[in-house]
Amino acid sequence: MMKSAFTIAAKDMRERIRDRSAFILGIIAPLGLAAIFSFVFNPIQDFEFDATYAVADQDGGPIAAVFVNEVLGGMERAGIIEVVAVDSVDAATALVEAASDPFGSEESADAAFVIPTGFSEVVQSDRPAAMEVIVNEGGGTEASVAVSVADGFASQLDATRLAVATTEHLGASGDRADAGTRFLSLPEAVGITNVTTTVKQLSGNTFYAAGLAIFFLFFTVQFGVNGLLDERNTGTLSRLLAAPIKRTSIILGKAITAFVLGVVSMSILVVATTLLFGADWGNPIGVLLLIVTGTMAAMGIMAIVAGFAKTAEQAGNFAGIIGMVLGFLGGTFFPIAQAGGVLAQMRFLTPHGWFMQGLGDLAGGNLADIVPAVVALLAFALATGSIALIRLRKGLAP
Amino acid sequence: MTHVLECQGLRKTFDDLVAVDGVGFHIAEGETYGLLGPNGAGKTTTISMVVGLLERDAGEVTLDGEPLTSSTTEVRRGIGLVPQDIAIYPDLTAAENLAFFARLYDMPRKESQCRIAEVLETTGLVDRADDRVSKFSGGMKRRLNIGIGLLHTPRLLLLDEPTVGVDPQSRNAILESVERLSGAGMAVLYTTHYMEEAERLCDRVGIIDHGQLMAEGTRAELVRMVGQRDRVRLTISGAVEPATRALTALEGIDEAGARDGGIDMLVDNASSRLAGILAAVADAGVTVSGVDVDEPDLESVFLHFTGRALRD
Repeated sequence: MMKSAFTIAAKDMRERIRDRSAFILGIIAPLGLAAIFSFVFNPIQDFEFDATYAVADQDGGPIAAVFVNEVLGGMERAGIIEVVAVDSVDAATALVEAASDPFGSEESADAAFVIPTGFSEVVQSDRPAAMEVIVNEGGGTEASVAVSVADGFASQLDATRLAVATTEHLGASGDRADAGTRFLSLPEAVGITNVTTTVKQLSGNTFYAAGLAIFFLFFTVQFGVNGLLDERNTGTLSRLLAAPIKRTSIILGKAITAFVLGVVSMSILVVATTLLFGADWGNPIGVLLLIVTGTMAAMGIMAIVAGFAKTAEQAGNFAGIIGMVLGFLGGTFFPIAQAGGVLAQMRFLTPHGWFMQGLGDLAGGNLADIVPAVVALLAFALATGSIALIRLRKGLAP
Repeated sequence: MTHVLECQGLRKTFDDLVAVDGVGFHIAEGETYGLLGPNGAGKTTTISMVVGLLERDAGEVTLDGEPLTSSTTEVRRGIGLVPQDIAIYPDLTAAENLAFFARLYDMPRKESQCRIAEVLETTGLVDRADDRVSKFSGGMKRRLNIGIGLLHTPRLLLLDEPTVGVDPQSRNAILESVERLSGAGMAVLYTTHYMEEAERLCDRVGIIDHGQLMAEGTRAELVRMVGQRDRVRLTISGAVEPATRALTALEGIDEAGARDGGIDMLVDNASSRLAGILAAVADAGVTVSGVDVDEPDLESVFLHFTGRALRD
């Protein structure tokens, strides 16, 4: 059965290469649109350092005042940074997240410092203190500078605390060796906790590239799953059915075609957008997993369309409508997750939404973070693929 | 004689429409069997049931004694199908089309290469083997359509109205091909609504209409079945009456009568009695200036069995 299926798939592939339609729809169109979107919505960045940092001073103590007024204030007065004071950790996080949103508001921060309540008091005691720096994953130079500023301040506090402690001890006992031992055993005065925003997002270029890639994937796989309708249209289906092969192998052949076209076009898009637009798709293994499962989900949905359509033209029309609706709801044109509410949650009803979510999780975390997206895409593939298989087999029944 | 194809009691209904009703026939090795009937008579439905494209409601089909059902795959290897509509891949070349079906029929590589070359030769497409089919003329597509059916050298070739919409030259080439194949021992089931094709190609003919096989047999058997005789018309100069009387007296001649300055009559086997007819007329003192003989054809047989002309 597999041999017949691969024979049919190889023939289909040759046809698709000949008529160039899959190439245009699967690669040229998404690449072109990604380029246009990227240029329109992502102005070319200059390299002048110009950062905005948010500060949530929940302590209000003297040490916190030194950091806010002297350290950050000094940098602001020098025109290096802009400081935005906020009331809460949530507000600080929101500003940082907004910086990674290509459609976000103008109020954003490249990083945020959170000085917790009691910070000054703790620093002045022997107990360790902690300050948080919130940055976006892949936040760039601005985020790195923020972390360095916090580190530098912490080191200063340590040095100061050490000096004070040394002076106090020498004044009391006069034993330098004993003082040295004691200072080494002191806990670190201030620890800097580098906090990454919890909502992981793709950069603008990556977002457009990924969004358009998954959007057009649904049309690319159509070339495979609509193959049965094409065979019926050209009359060749009767020849296939009359041949000494299992009917299932005809469906399998079309599925192989759709899968190969989908995965190859997506892979080419990943490489091309990385090289041409600087898109950062993330861990290649994770990206491959999402592409494979995303392609399978797209195949399942489009195969249902093919199963219910009477002609290839009708299937194309249905697929266009379904592809647009799912693409919109799935947030392939704009980050619908930012819209909040029902609309944001509805993206999880689409493979597009899970694909984008998976890429976001991959960008901000590790490989294990994409498991929910992969499982969801597989579930889509399994559910829709099963319905499509029943429908298509019925269509081929004598 | 061994029957390559044996069909018994084939029946197929589509909702209330009975498309095929109790059709049965057999085809021997090297025999061409024609299903002759107008459009919608049930020819394509019958072929579709034979090859397993349609599930039959009743009936049996065997190929070389092996039952053929829609789920059997290996037995279908012995069947070559030439669908009524051209069924080829326009974006592939002629050679690629043939190579694809060779792989589908699991033909060994060397054998398939030889057969592809032979089929291209047979169909007269050697020079266009590497051209995309989309650039072919209608006749060339038809020939390739048949070539694909022949590729794996089937025991039984099913040709479903293969000359519809074909130019006379290509049509003749197709008919010659079928004659060659039959001569080479292939069993052929040929459906057509062209009486001339059935008369030229088919060893036996089945008259099908409204899904029923009305009659079958050789051309001579069918003619005998309907009792048809040759119609002879003499164009004469002179008195008609004596000639008519003389002809009526001859054995094997009926309904001799004067019509439009001539004499019409029905004759059993006109070719063997023509000399006697002319002698009788001459003896009656009548000069014959012309003779027309109309032998009964399948058209008249069809008319007899169905009550309508073949192209109605």
